[in-house]
Amino acid sequence: MSIVYISNIILPILVLIILIYGIKKKQNVYDLFIKGAKEGLDIGITIFPPLIAMLLSVNILLSSGFIDLILSMLNPLISLIKIPIEILPMALMRPISGNTSLILMSNIFQSYGVDSFLGRLASTIQGSTDTTLYILTLYFGSIGIKKIRYAMIVGLLADLVGIIASIIIVRLIFG
Amino acid sequence: MINKIWCFFIVVGIIYGFISGNIENINKEIISSAKKALEMFLNIFPIIILWMGIMTIALETGLLSKIANLFAPVLSRIFPEIPKKHESMGLISSNLIINMFGLGSAATPIGLKAMKSLNKLNNNSDTVSRSMITFLAINTSGLTFVPTTVISLRMLHNSNNPTEIIISTIMATLCSTITAIIIDKIFYRIYKDKI
Repeated sequence: MSIVYISNIILPILVLIILIYGIKKKQNVYDLFIKGAKEGLDIGITIFPPLIAMLLSVNILLSSGFIDLILSMLNPLISLIKIPIEILPMALMRPISGNTSLILMSNIFQSYGVDSFLGRLASTIQGSTDTTLYILTLYFGSIGIKKIRYAMIVGLLADLVGIIASIIIVRLIFG
Repeated sequence: MINKIWCFFIVVGIIYGFISGNIENINKEIISSAKKALEMFLNIFPIIILWMGIMTIALETGLLSKIANLFAPVLSRIFPEIPKKHESMGLISSNLIINMFGLGSAATPIGLKAMKSLNKLNNNSDTVSRSMITFLAINTSGLTFVPTTVISLRMLHNSNNPTEIIISTIMATLCSTITAIIIDKIFYRIYKDKI
């Protein structure tokens, strides 16, 4: 559990280092905090409209059942290249909706066991990818970027590589 | 692009909703999604304010540029367009370090601040810059060494060894992050002459 412990102490240590460094430099750290927090208030408010817009479109698409249609169409193709089919809904949802893919992971834990091959694979995929659409909305929405060029494709390809790498690596490590 | 994806999701969703008979769910979703967005917003909004405050201390006291100097040899190769001593280098390295430890909620505000700083280099244009895409690609590749959310969910489901997936996660993450950087460089070359 030591690695989890390190993860738990990194933020307190970071805050401590930042404060001590500021005091050493004889700066008014409180005023700086308030100044930054105000900036955070502005950024926070800027990302709210893009967040509403993204959640609206994602939730409409999800509740229409369109993703299920895509999945059923992909099934024969996927069984050809020996990717575990059970993992596919979660993998497909991962770049679009973080919450949904976490729920799908919990379903895999319940149906196949958390320490099964699929349970480990789901965990690894979840850890080695991220919600591309959410990050894109937040990061670009906060500074008003409208033309995103090749950003989306690169982000999605990174997720795809993460999923493929997870399948290979979990097979190698856990058999 | 965002415009097209947004319209595609909604139009396809509603039309397919009629075909599949799920239109009632979509009706509910339209009403409730703003509220869901508010819940999501309330989760991250206070954290953004808090970490913006803390990171501003680090930025204005010069601590971030010290951190940036440490990582400059690696980062300046990945981000060739950012001047070596620029504040965004420090913000990017802080974001990546905190992400590695699985503290995504603290990493996001710093990432937002990094984006803001990258936007200054970009003359506040509405077109994304090369460095922004690289930074986004590394973030979306899920550079996480300790996947805290996954570990806590594995604990919740009574795993015999909740942390056993750390090694496979680190290996998969390294694969996807390194590939993301390479893919990003390839796409940069392809798009170099197009705007």
